[in-house]
Amino acid sequence: MKRWRIARQINGWLFLLPAIAFLTLFTYWPALKTLVEGFYSTARPRRPAHFIGIDQYRQLIDDPVFWQALSNNAWYALVSIPVATGIALVMAIWVNDRVPGRALARMAYFTPTVLPMIAVANIWLFFYTPQYGLLEQVVSIFGGPPHNWLGSSSSALAAVTIVAIWKEAGFFMIFYLAALQQISPVLAEAAALEGASRWQFFRRVQFPLLMPTTLFVLINAIINAFRTVDHIIVMTRGGPDNSTMLLLYYVYQVGFSFWDTGYAAALTMVLLALLAAVSLVQYGWLDRRVHYR
Amino acid sequence: MDRRNFLTGATALAGLASGRARAAEATEITFYYPVAVGGPITKIVDGYAADFEKANPEVKVRPIYAGTYQETIVKMLTAHKSGTPPTTSVLLSTDMFSLIDEDAIVPIDGLLKSDADRGWLKSFFPAFMENSRTAGETWGVPFQRSTIVLYWNKDAFREAGLDPEKAPANWDEHVAFAQKLTKRDPSGNATQWGTQIPSSGFPYWLFQALATEAGTKFMDEAGTHTFFDKPEAVEALQYWADLSQKYKCHPPGIVEWGTTPKDFFERKCAMMWTTTGNLTNVRNNTKFPFGVAILPAHKQPGSPTGGGNFYISKKVPAEQQAAAVRFIQWMTSPERAAQWSVDTGYVAVRPDAYDTPTMKAYVEKFPPAAVARDQLKYATAELSTHENQRVTKALNDAIQATLTGSKPADRALKDAQVEAERILKPYR
Repeated sequence: MKRWRIARQINGWLFLLPAIAFLTLFTYWPALKTLVEGFYSTARPRRPAHFIGIDQYRQLIDDPVFWQALSNNAWYALVSIPVATGIALVMAIWVNDRVPGRALARMAYFTPTVLPMIAVANIWLFFYTPQYGLLEQVVSIFGGPPHNWLGSSSSALAAVTIVAIWKEAGFFMIFYLAALQQISPVLAEAAALEGASRWQFFRRVQFPLLMPTTLFVLINAIINAFRTVDHIIVMTRGGPDNSTMLLLYYVYQVGFSFWDTGYAAALTMVLLALLAAVSLVQYGWLDRRVHYR
Repeated sequence: MDRRNFLTGATALAGLASGRARAAEATEITFYYPVAVGGPITKIVDGYAADFEKANPEVKVRPIYAGTYQETIVKMLTAHKSGTPPTTSVLLSTDMFSLIDEDAIVPIDGLLKSDADRGWLKSFFPAFMENSRTAGETWGVPFQRSTIVLYWNKDAFREAGLDPEKAPANWDEHVAFAQKLTKRDPSGNATQWGTQIPSSGFPYWLFQALATEAGTKFMDEAGTHTFFDKPEAVEALQYWADLSQKYKCHPPGIVEWGTTPKDFFERKCAMMWTTTGNLTNVRNNTKFPFGVAILPAHKQPGSPTGGGNFYISKKVPAEQQAAAVRFIQWMTSPERAAQWSVDTGYVAVRPDAYDTPTMKAYVEKFPPAAVARDQLKYATAELSTHENQRVTKALNDAIQATLTGSKPADRALKDAQVEAERILKPYR
């Protein structure tokens, strides 16, 4: 009996082994290495890396670009996540109903997700172009003043945030749509018999049942808010004057333009710690408040 | 089996073996290059490599397209750190100090044996060599190089009552012309700007033109000191900001580098400052007569040079380095330099290239091609220091802060100078 249990355990571990091997090789080991490197100076040919303790982190606290990247990223996340999720939910409910041209609408909403971010960024680059860009043309029809959307510090971050929302909402809509179709039509009939309004039905029935999906979408949205920087590279390269600098792009710049790998490692650790904290809150606290069927 | 058949087979086999032996003697060199302008560049480069192999059968060249300049240096340095760098690569001339600090390249003069070889390094335009030398040694060989020139729309000049054959010669004329050339609709929105100086990506390059014209330099030859906050530099940045903020003849905010030629084609700007590398692009896409001129002067005319140099990696065998020198000499010969200039729009890197029949015919048919050459006598080295990209970023941020109106010119440049001092101190 006991032998059988041990065999079962070995079996289990064997099944886990491929995943563990790959995760260790490509995630845990690099993360550990990054943590260690953050405590060393950047190796230069004539000055090999040596232990400097928390100097990199001290430099980080004094680095105004880091703080700007952090606050930009916070703003970017706080705006793009709720808006993208909200729009995704509304779109899903809309195309879940029996409206004419439903398939077409679903496809249209999903299209931005299929396009590569680099292509999307180039399309939006044209939308935002001063003078003859699409946005400028529309604004000028209504007699609005011209504006250099990506070229002024006040609007550039908002402009790239909108691109992210546009790109993400369709993706999240698919999850909501799938979840909505799992909800039994009996509930809708019961609600109708009780005389519940459309809003009451959504607020009391649909929304609570969608909570697991919402949690999943939120986690993805947060990860994406810190991970997606392709459009920054194409559209602004962090400019003007760092107003669209996001953390990951700053890590890239420090690592692969300045070749200051030690400092880049320290920056990466901050990013990792942030994401770890977020997922801890989500899985530890939010998860318990979500109603799973 | 027929005996004769067997014999031919054996000879063929022997031939194959000796062929392989000959191939083993040939030195193979790898060559990373970026593409930074329009046109079928990869095809042209592959063609050059094949021609070189035909003339030098004992050297095999493997050209590898490696992306943008930034991607190419990332690949080159990563390969260097793993111990297998390409034999030679074309990288930004301004990355010289970074490459030296990474111990990735060797001085070219150390590889030259004969007097003729050493004379070869003297055959280039001196302006291009400024970005190739430091501490008495030559580290890079000019290849795809450019400068900034002014393009103007002759139709727009005529409509504004200006002489269509005369470009602005100095800063005052530049503003006066630009104001006349700016057109507005009844509600006061500009439909055509007078002039346009792009400021995204690498604004320091355009700013260096203005600062050179105002009479100041950005750095010393050792690449360890910068002079960003000199009064002349402040004056230059103020002039640039004033074009949009005071004279209202230049689009406000940050102007995109990539769309500037398009703005010019679409008649959204009547004059633009951009690289000579765009010459072929402008020539193919404008539907109106246009002119090309050297940049307007202030205290003096001036523009920085730009573009890429050949470098030779340190961690490769000596015979490969020697083969790379021969390849580079061949690629920068007068005929090849002329051909490359005609094919791409880059400036031919040596004066005698302009005496070749290819270049003479090209310039005769298309006189603007000679403007870049004429400007070279006023050209200065592009900003290049140790930790180049970091120092450059400090300056870029300052320029963008002033152009978007969030910092006055003097304070922004002072901040950039303080940051550059901090970065460069360990290198002195």
